[in-house]
Amino acid sequence: MKIHEYQGKELLKKFGVVVPRGVFCPSVDDAVKAAETLGGKVWVVKAQIHAGGRGKGGGVKVAKSLDEVRQFAGQILGMQLVTHQTGPAGQKVRRLLVEEGADIRKEYYVAALTDRTTQKVVMMASSEGGMDIEKVAHDTPEKILKVFIDPVDGISDAQAAELANGIGVPAESVGQAVAALKGLYQCYMETDASLAEINPLILEGNGNIKAIDAKFNFDSNSLYRQPEIVAYRDLDEEDPDELEASKFDLSYISLDGNIGCLVNGAGLAMATMDTIKLFGAEPANFLDVGGGATTEKVTEAFQIMLRNPKVKGILVNIFGGIMRCDTIATGVVAAARETHLSVPLVVRMKGTNEDIGKKILSDSGLPIITADSMAEAATKIVAAVS
Amino acid sequence: MSILINKDTKIITQGITGKTGQFHTEKCQEYANGKNCFVAGVNPKKAGESIFGIPIFGSVKDAAAQTGATVSVIYVPPPGAAAAIWEAVEADLDLVVCITEGIPVRDMLVVRNKMLRKEAAGGKKTLLLGPNCPGLITPDEVKIGIMPGHIHRKGRIGVVSRSGTLTYEAVGQLTEIGLGQSSAVGTGGDPINGLKHIDIMRLFNDDPDTDAVIMIGEIGGPDEADAAVWCKANMKKPIVGFIAGVTAPAGKRMGHAGALISGGADTADAKLAIMEECGFTVTRDPSEMGKLIKALI
Repeated sequence: MKIHEYQGKELLKKFGVVVPRGVFCPSVDDAVKAAETLGGKVWVVKAQIHAGGRGKGGGVKVAKSLDEVRQFAGQILGMQLVTHQTGPAGQKVRRLLVEEGADIRKEYYVAALTDRTTQKVVMMASSEGGMDIEKVAHDTPEKILKVFIDPVDGISDAQAAELANGIGVPAESVGQAVAALKGLYQCYMETDASLAEINPLILEGNGNIKAIDAKFNFDSNSLYRQPEIVAYRDLDEEDPDELEASKFDLSYISLDGNIGCLVNGAGLAMATMDTIKLFGAEPANFLDVGGGATTEKVTEAFQIMLRNPKVKGILVNIFGGIMRCDTIATGVVAAARETHLSVPLVVRMKGTNEDIGKKILSDSGLPIITADSMAEAATKIVAAVS
Repeated sequence: MSILINKDTKIITQGITGKTGQFHTEKCQEYANGKNCFVAGVNPKKAGESIFGIPIFGSVKDAAAQTGATVSVIYVPPPGAAAAIWEAVEADLDLVVCITEGIPVRDMLVVRNKMLRKEAAGGKKTLLLGPNCPGLITPDEVKIGIMPGHIHRKGRIGVVSRSGTLTYEAVGQLTEIGLGQSSAVGTGGDPINGLKHIDIMRLFNDDPDTDAVIMIGEIGGPDEADAAVWCKANMKKPIVGFIAGVTAPAGKRMGHAGALISGGADTADAKLAIMEECGFTVTRDPSEMGKLIKALI
């Protein structure tokens, strides 16, 4: 789960990381009022969407008067902001953050994430802040420092200082940078984050260290014990179909192709998508119905797939284990009837009660095409839609 | 022979009285020598009782001491699952199989680091399989986990995968063409787990009753590449490899918590390329995993 920058900064502040003074603004008038309240001569008007690259897309502007604040807030609020992470359609901006300006002397990059290889938390830091960190990692990997933290011990002052010194924080500001790094680590752990990134962390003219941006991602498995994080969820930023699917405990992701697919198990679902592609078409979605599929769940899955106007055919691929093929077959027949299915449907079933499942399909009188292997199923659905 | 478990393995079930634990314990008992293998259950509130003829103990330590069990399987719900793993490790078991899906990553990080410390301090090393895995099976001997027993057949091909149903797919193909499996192992879909592809490949390499291996992976993480590099230098047996997720978009969690592309090395194409370089017979068509193995042996 992702959150907005202004929410991330609220979290960081709680853990002692200094952030610019700022106000969350849902309207242009609020933005002007916020700038007045903040005072000063320079303000930053920032679009709040769940995607990076906002500055390049025109979603972050520096205003040097209240009139400019009004002008920029008006331009940004409601715009379709296109960044390298939003896709070509962009994301509508519904929220703004107005902050006091900062006197930037130097920009750094710091982040916390979980390293799968060492099974530690890795704290990363770089002198190359404000840039695309993947590009830095690719072009100049020596400029990214890493310290691996054993979560049983937590981060030590020495580890934080190693990073701060390593990226060239001036001696008089190292103490503040250490506090920021330790705060970032604490915040990462206590909120069950899977990524916490400050890019840039800045050194101001007066030597102060401040977090100018905040990007967070959270471990979905932990949300049950993080009510404060769940309260930050912004449904406007999520795919409506994925949201609807999650209500029925279906794991669904929209893709660009025209073959809908319904599968049990995440690995088999990906393999089914790949097989569709291998045989000449593109999958319209990832959909894992999970282990406990009911008729209601299968019907809902069909409805979600069919809401996508691009879908020209559906492939159902089930390997019955604990979930029996007859249960799925009954669900598929009911779903096809209820949705008045008008696109070709190929069903491939294997495993527990396969024969009963196939009989239910053929007895239904519906024009369901059956297949024995994944390759055969993909070949048949591709032929049926072309 | 087989890897990790066989008909003489004695097993404790943690979470045996919950709905999932009960359902699968019955199925595991019904399979091959399961009646003799599943010797104990754990529930601190129900110590002294029994279920399906299996005695329930108050702790893993008690259960192990009284029955001689060396392996446990965990169906405990996510909030308590990492603590259940640690309890089994503290009881010095050989192997813990954690089926539970949805354990907080932070809990797994902490328990894995506690396990590493225990080993570093000279304590007994307990292997962990999973979490979020289907378990493992040695056909006609014993099954520990949630896989459908009837699709398996005793044979000489090893199967390892992170995904449950994709393991069943490979197993089903092998059974259909008459080859069968020595053991089939699911390492699980979570980012922080125990045994990885490389560990299972080592075991299959050393197992005299495994002739070849189907290694299945998916997007996200370095496990498959690590295993491939090890196999290039050490593996004496032919391998068929498949990676799911060629069509998966970057930055999206594809069902499994660990199935996420966050960098170039996470993609299916990158993993397939490394596996091919390391001498695997790689396929992009999961329907032909069985056929390819047959051609290799």
